Amino acid sequence: MLVLVLDSSTPAVTAALAEITAHAVAPRGERSVVDARAHGELLAPQVSEVLAEAGARPADLAAVVAGVGPGPFTGLRVGLVTAASMGQVLGIPTYGVPSLDAIGHAATHPRSGAAPEAGPVLAATDARRREIYWAVYDLAGERLAGPEVDTPAAVAERARELGVRVAVGEGARRYADILELPLRAGLDYPPPYALAELAAERVRAGAPGDQLTPLYLRRPDAVAAAGRKPVLQ
Amino acid sequence: MADEPLILGIETSCDETGVGVVRGHTLLADALASSVDEHARFGGVVPEVASRAHLEAIVPTMRRALDDAGVTLADIDAIAVTAGPGLAGALLVGVAAAKGYALAAEKPVYGVNHLAAHVAVDTLEHGPLPEPAIALLVSGGHSSLLLVDDLATGVTPLGATIDDAAGEAFDKVARLLGLPFPGGPPIDREARAGSPDAITFPRGLTAPKDLAAHRFDFSFSGLKTAVARWVEAKQRAGEPVPVPDVAASFQEAVCDVLTGKAIAACRDRGVDTLVLGGGVAANSRLRALAEERAAKQGIRVRVPRPKLCTDNGAMVAALGSHLVAAGVAPSRLDLPADSAMPLTIVSV
Repeated sequence: MLVLVLDSSTPAVTAALAEITAHAVAPRGERSVVDARAHGELLAPQVSEVLAEAGARPADLAAVVAGVGPGPFTGLRVGLVTAASMGQVLGIPTYGVPSLDAIGHAATHPRSGAAPEAGPVLAATDARRREIYWAVYDLAGERLAGPEVDTPAAVAERARELGVRVAVGEGARRYADILELPLRAGLDYPPPYALAELAAERVRAGAPGDQLTPLYLRRPDAVAAAGRKPVLQ
Repeated sequence: MADEPLILGIETSCDETGVGVVRGHTLLADALASSVDEHARFGGVVPEVASRAHLEAIVPTMRRALDDAGVTLADIDAIAVTAGPGLAGALLVGVAAAKGYALAAEKPVYGVNHLAAHVAVDTLEHGPLPEPAIALLVSGGHSSLLLVDDLATGVTPLGATIDDAAGEAFDKVARLLGLPFPGGPPIDREARAGSPDAITFPRGLTAPKDLAAHRFDFSFSGLKTAVARWVEAKQRAGEPVPVPDVAASFQEAVCDVLTGKAIAACRDRGVDTLVLGGGVAANSRLRALAEERAAKQGIRVRVPRPKLCTDNGAMVAALGSHLVAAGVAPSRLDLPADSAMPLTIVSV
């Protein structure tokens, strides 16, 4: 079953195709460009390109898998509305996967045959405003804490409490000096095949699709209107 | 006419999620979801609140529009979407959705100008627009006078507000008078019981010295302050504020300037068609005063029904239909949302 995988929760704007069979998830092409300010421009052409490269048409898709964040709001919505609109036209299910789970899953289930990590893993991405989105995973890739948004200092403390041994993700890299954890390189952003693997059981089972709800973790910046200032002095 | 193009339009530039379907100049569906109630306690539209609401509303609004029109996306010839101007985050939801629909249905997509769409929507009620025409577009975010030479390729801006939009002035005055947000409808309602001549409020940029530099521009900031001063003076004197009179006199000042400059633009350019659009064009006094003044000059006023004046998807579909009929090429899939899209660009 051919699935489209989208993630726009980080500066990496990602579209990929994966073939989900009874026992495996096989890559069928990927486009990922790191540009924090161009999610809206980049994503749709990338979808078009991966389809063309695979010799596939939209109607060949069996499902859309989307990273639901957490991530900066404006970019995150691009991926989710693209997934939702394509799913609606094609009459296929859309499955949401927390984007940090994909980083945690990839760290604990390396594809390359590299040894998995030795203890709980902190996955973190940049939340701007000097904060990070984070979650902690055990060696099986199960989430132990998060996703939440906090200052790097607060995350460092939680990570110590949870016995975290290694950190992954661009948020961990950016604040490595504060987190004081060994950093695993090469896993800055949610890998699309990890997203596909995390949705694979639902795809195979033909489970009902999700309404793709973003993990915003922050409320909109807005304050209720206060009293009006008088004009007369 | 079954051979006319079937066009879908998506609008998300502010707080309304709109999806419309037209065939040629015929309106088939105009589905709308609004987040206005979520903004009321903030006294104005909160961009992030609007963007979140668009994401939730787009799929159900699309479903309703297709059901109402009795068509599927496979039947559609092209998808038009507001690419700007508007709130950046809100625009992006609609633009990304339009691309997703276009990609999946393998249809062309047109990124179009919101203000040009406010002009085009009138074709759904009154047929093809005579060109050239003068358009007065007034809403909570815009107050512009344009010369429409050719709606498919470009319009010429003649003037615009130099401070507050007309609709913004209605919102602020409504708040001052204890009326709900958005302020247009309650002020219109209150004004019916008041006298437009009760209080003489200032007419911005109408003095001879201002006309030299700002002949077709507007200013509503001073008017808003003048109303505030008048109301506060009453309150300080312990006297009741005559809300209907203030509403009627304020509304008259706005409509006097808007229609006066619009008619002057028609005469200056030798144009005999004036189109009104935007949410403030739903105001009953603006419509009546424009008709009255235009009739004296032999100018025909075209103004769509109020539901088509405020933001909606049908207006975007109407412009898309005009572009397709004119043979304009569609946009590329990397088309950006442009919060400051200039009026001179009708489609990207």
